[in-house]
Amino acid sequence: MIDTVLPTWAIIPASILLVIGGLVTLIGSLGLLRLPDFFARIHGPSMGNTIGTGCVLIASMLTSSALAGRPVIHELLITLFIVMSSPVTSMMLMRAALYRNKARKTVK
Amino acid sequence: MSDLFTYSVWFAQTCFVLAMVFAAVRLIHGPAAQDRVLAFDTIYINGMLTLLMLGIRSSSPAYFDMALLIALFGFVGTVALAKFLLRGEVVEP
Repeated sequence: MIDTVLPTWAIIPASILLVIGGLVTLIGSLGLLRLPDFFARIHGPSMGNTIGTGCVLIASMLTSSALAGRPVIHELLITLFIVMSSPVTSMMLMRAALYRNKARKTVK
Repeated sequence: MSDLFTYSVWFAQTCFVLAMVFAAVRLIHGPAAQDRVLAFDTIYINGMLTLLMLGIRSSSPAYFDMALLIALFGFVGTVALAKFLLRGEVVEP
């Protein structure tokens, strides 16, 4: 198992980051489930998923750097991609919801 | 000390799977189509995070490429669905 060879300076920040990332992602999805309106619901996943992904990928970078003995930063690619793509999807979904609400009101 | 890391990895993976369950409930009975597309995007990102947890637990670099591909396909699929909701067509002539 991995955790027998990890040093202490990598275990403690990685564990804290994993717990924070899991909790933030869970709260974001709970907001997606529980909030009353679509425009309130879109806040939860778009922010919670970004922060949770950032925390988990920093933890992954820490553990793989500690295992390899040198800085391994190729997880930064996923972080960069998520940070770039999450606002784009949120903005397009928001515009689609606005358009659909307006079209429904016009029909009625 | 090593128990701490094992327990936190288990905790994070449980959180991600629970988040996928919540998003699946929203996907099944969301009132409008845009709620379903949002839940679909959430399921994609949580699945990617679960795969990264597996990669941390097994310390294998193969999971990273799968996670990058899942993130890429999730983005493309969500943008295509949002474009379809907005314009009624994905690829316009």
